Amino acid sequence: MITYEEKFDIIVVGAGHAGCEAALACARMGCKTLLLTSNKETIAQMSCNPAVGGLAKGQLVKEIDALGGEMGFITDKAGIQFKTLNKKKGPAVWSSRAQCDRVLYRVYMRESLENQKNLWLKQAIVTEVLIDNGKAKGILTNINSAYLSDVVILVCGTFLNGLIHIGLENFPAGRAGEFPSLTLSDKLKEYGFEVGRLKTGTPPRLDGKTIDFSKTIPQYGDENPKPFSLKTKKLPERHYLCHLTHTNGETHKIILANLDRSPLYSGVIKGIGPRYCPSIEDKVVKFRGKPRHQLFLEPEGENTTEYYVNGFATSLSEDVQLKAIRTVSGLEKVEMTRPGYAIEYDFFPPTQLNPTLETKLVENLFFAGQINGTSGYEEAGAQGIMAGINAVLKLRKKPPFVLKRCEAYIGVLIDDLVTKGTKEPYRMFTSRAEHRLVLREDNADQRLLEYGYKFGLVSEKIYLEFKKRKGIIENEKKRLKKVKVSVSVFGKLTEDMENHKRVSLAYALKIPDITYKDLAKIDKDSKEVPQRIAEQVELEIKYEGYIKRQNQEIEKFKRLESMLIPPDFKYDELTGFKHEAKEKLKDVNPISVGQASRISGVSPGDIAVLMVHLKKFLSK
Amino acid sequence: MKKNFKSTSLDEDTIAAISTPLGEGGLGVVRISGREAFVIADKIFRGKVKPSKAPSHTVHYGKVVVLNTDEEIDEVLLTVMHPPKTYTKEPLVEISSHGSSFILYKILNQAKEAGARLANPGEFTLRAFLNGRIDLAQAEAVAELIKAKTDLSLKVALSHLKGELSFKLNSFRENLIEILANLEVQIDFPEEDLEPKDKEYILKELDNIKGGIDKLLDTYDEGKILKDGLRVVIVGKPNVGKSSLLNALLKEERAIVTPVPGTTRDVISEDANFKGVPVRLFDTAGFRVSKDTIEAEGIKRTKLEIGKADMILWVVDASSGLDKDELELEKQIESFKHVVVLNKIDLGSEDSISKLLDRFENKIYKEICAIKREGIEDLIDAVAKEAITFDRDANGDVVLSNFRHKDALLRSKEGLSKAKKSLTEKLSLEFIALDLRIALDAIGEIIGKTVTEDILNKIFSDFCVGK
Ligand SMILES: Nc1nc2c(ncn2[C@@H]2O[C@H](COP(=O)(O)OP(=O)(O)OP(=O)(O)O)[C@@H](O)[C@H]2O)c(=O)[nH]1
Ligand SMILES: [Mg+2]
Repeated sequence: MITYEEKFDIIVVGAGHAGCEAALACARMGCKTLLLTSNKETIAQMSCNPAVGGLAKGQLVKEIDALGGEMGFITDKAGIQFKTLNKKKGPAVWSSRAQCDRVLYRVYMRESLENQKNLWLKQAIVTEVLIDNGKAKGILTNINSAYLSDVVILVCGTFLNGLIHIGLENFPAGRAGEFPSLTLSDKLKEYGFEVGRLKTGTPPRLDGKTIDFSKTIPQYGDENPKPFSLKTKKLPERHYLCHLTHTNGETHKIILANLDRSPLYSGVIKGIGPRYCPSIEDKVVKFRGKPRHQLFLEPEGENTTEYYVNGFATSLSEDVQLKAIRTVSGLEKVEMTRPGYAIEYDFFPPTQLNPTLETKLVENLFFAGQINGTSGYEEAGAQGIMAGINAVLKLRKKPPFVLKRCEAYIGVLIDDLVTKGTKEPYRMFTSRAEHRLVLREDNADQRLLEYGYKFGLVSEKIYLEFKKRKGIIENEKKRLKKVKVSVSVFGKLTEDMENHKRVSLAYALKIPDITYKDLAKIDKDSKEVPQRIAEQVELEIKYEGYIKRQNQEIEKFKRLESMLIPPDFKYDELTGFKHEAKEKLKDVNPISVGQASRISGVSPGDIAVLMVHLKKFLSK
Repeated sequence: MKKNFKSTSLDEDTIAAISTPLGEGGLGVVRISGREAFVIADKIFRGKVKPSKAPSHTVHYGKVVVLNTDEEIDEVLLTVMHPPKTYTKEPLVEISSHGSSFILYKILNQAKEAGARLANPGEFTLRAFLNGRIDLAQAEAVAELIKAKTDLSLKVALSHLKGELSFKLNSFRENLIEILANLEVQIDFPEEDLEPKDKEYILKELDNIKGGIDKLLDTYDEGKILKDGLRVVIVGKPNVGKSSLLNALLKEERAIVTPVPGTTRDVISEDANFKGVPVRLFDTAGFRVSKDTIEAEGIKRTKLEIGKADMILWVVDASSGLDKDELELEKQIESFKHVVVLNKIDLGSEDSISKLLDRFENKIYKEICAIKREGIEDLIDAVAKEAITFDRDANGDVVLSNFRHKDALLRSKEGLSKAKKSLTEKLSLEFIALDLRIALDAIGEIIGKTVTEDILNKIFSDFCVGK
């Protein structure tokens, strides 16, 4: 064994979406950081669809950005089509999404990494985490080189014992075209970690030259899109189209006739797949009544003719994939450039982690991303930055950084993972956030930027701009509440308005049909404010009632969250719990009474009993 | 290490509960503890002084009124206690009334309307402990006590939840989950090609659920059981021991008992409390087809009481067979809920008793000896149990009899109303979902938590989503 001469503060194993955020956060906070990847050409590879964001995921990206992460910024640079989803609904559930150029995304992210101070980027295949006395102390590579560090962050995606299935054929791989990591998870299993198995899938890629787009429905992006990142001054002028087409009865017939050659239906695949991202064979089997399924043809980038068929994830054999896809309108003569496949991989059930993403079993070892059972670039990136920040805080003996469920989707994500674990690849949905109305894209900076700045991840410039924006918003809100106008200026009066002679502009804004823009017509003193600010003022006033209610809920919620449970609090000797509850509490080892209350099988009675014991423990 | 950790304290909301065990006669106490205790007391108490102005540890005579009105609920004694010398070490108010459990619930309800939250089982003790009133050495005992109380209250609540009620609540939950799945799928999967239920369908479903909840709430609010008590009428032929049974049930000598048939000439009524169920007992004149006008008048009144009864106790002499009058009486009560009570078990021969038991094979019967007070507790149990599963109008409707459940249903209903309003005002779906979640969570407090996972399961089973 050769030991590399320099010792690092932190080693990050894997340069996917979680790894990049983790490594950048560590390096930006001033730690000497080594980022290892098995292939320097596929850093930040988008191994599934070439898009970032979407419902709840857009919020995650904005949160990562507000904390000083990179994902939003790279998406802005590599984007080829930008769109805000759910525009017909309220602002709390507006979510941004961008189609990206897969290659540009990789290139720009690598550029950020390579130009980052304190960051070493090396290609190596890691075979083992070196553990000494219950503490991580470095890693070993397949050519027997050891790299030493105080902290190790494992972020190796689907590479752990990855097994690709196409039809009844299967072979070990990290993802298409890459080596799997075959020993890493076995070693950790030997050490006592529980390992589970998940599955995910991806659709075939098509040659765009062989697609008849005239038979599809073009899907446009927004005309004046807004960037994800506060760092982005201007979005690139790329407006690529996506195209919508559909499967049909013929497609379904071919799929159903060939299920015996599907690894999913012949029982070869054991891992559990995501229900929100079913394979086309699953959709056809489970919803037989549905005459057609949507397929979105998404361009892979500027300098390629490849297309991604969103909606057609499959692990059917290659010939069946081709036969089935050629029944689709516009794809009659299509050439497949790469077949779709399913991949099974190891993950570590995340209840083995503290809310800092440090493992309970090995000190100074952190896990983030898909190895925690999540799916999605955004979910991975969010864990990456949190693991990075907490790794640094741990090294510096500073209190951990745990976001609350009421503060961020990131808080919901990590709390769900470490408190409840997951049975299928975990994806964020807005419905998972009980305080959805306050966890919006537009206020991600207000929620999180102070933290990012405090940790040194957000620049002074961005911070000052934020402060200024915040001031303008507050002042404008105050002004709208102060300025009164005669009700006669409103054409139609609401029932309630008939009781007033003069109402404040804020009052008027709460009327469903009246927008902030309308106010400018009645209000002589109104000044032009940037769109971003106008939107925020508008919705904070318009939905004030709901937001207030949600805030009251949050206050209640915070009480239990702020009752912290020391890590050395032991459950074994304690009386009064239901047996099941005690086992679960021991297992999860919650950091607060609030977290304890969310563990399934722990009742309000158990929580009362917990408070009693906690009081005694803390008074001793 | 420990310095980083705050001691657990709950400087939060104000809680209220009935703190005397129900069903034990005499005084009942409603206790209010927490920051707002005095403010709440001010709102519902009318006396010479305002509770908030009263010195600590003083008792005041007055009345509890319906919030914001002067409508009297009961005359009470109200005790004001300032911290720290109170059970919970918080501001504490105790309202004692000698009213029935129904009155106590009314007082509790007003405390709730005025801003208190229903205390969880054992919560007063928990607060006393957390605020340092109870010795740390007693932590184990306190933990056990809270567990015991929680378990008990759960058991009681569950016993109320059997059958129809739980079936109804579960069906409300299923419906709500379905509606939420229909809304959430549109929020989280906006680009999918879905056919969610339309607004009209959802409005109709919400109305159905709301109607169902209203019906349940009605059985609570208007439920004559809790309002007037369960009307239990004792009937039987002369001299079988009806008045003796009344006295035995009341544990006092209320009615005159003599060996002379026809002692009781008019209906005697008295209130009692069977295991927390308020009961109004009626002793009647012996049933006999007769020409005597006075007696005939008595019989008429007996028949009248039978007509209004929630339950009938038909007393039969265990030492003799049934006579013609009794067969006639049986016809009169047949269509009413009744219990056959074999009295004078001490006199009855094995033969006569077994004959009667055979005769009443398919009916509920109880064997007692009124003068020795044997079998009385069993009978009380049986009546109380009947009351809990009491058929309100024989249509299979159920009675909501747990105050905590009522409280939860009221909150659920409020959530539904708000959701409906938002839906008609065409507000965006996430606002509607917010209130529906509140409605669902409230039902969950009764029949078990509903988690996001349940809604996601419904989405994935009903909708083909995902790319
Ligand atoms: N041995 C015995 N005597 C009883 C029992 N119950 C009542 N008696 C006696 O039976 C007689 C009639 O009792 P009451 O309670 O007055 O009977 P009643 O049904 O109210 O009679 P009327 O009002 O006259 O219709 C009294 O002498 C009682 O002491 C019993 O369980 N055993
Ligand atoms: Mg009598």
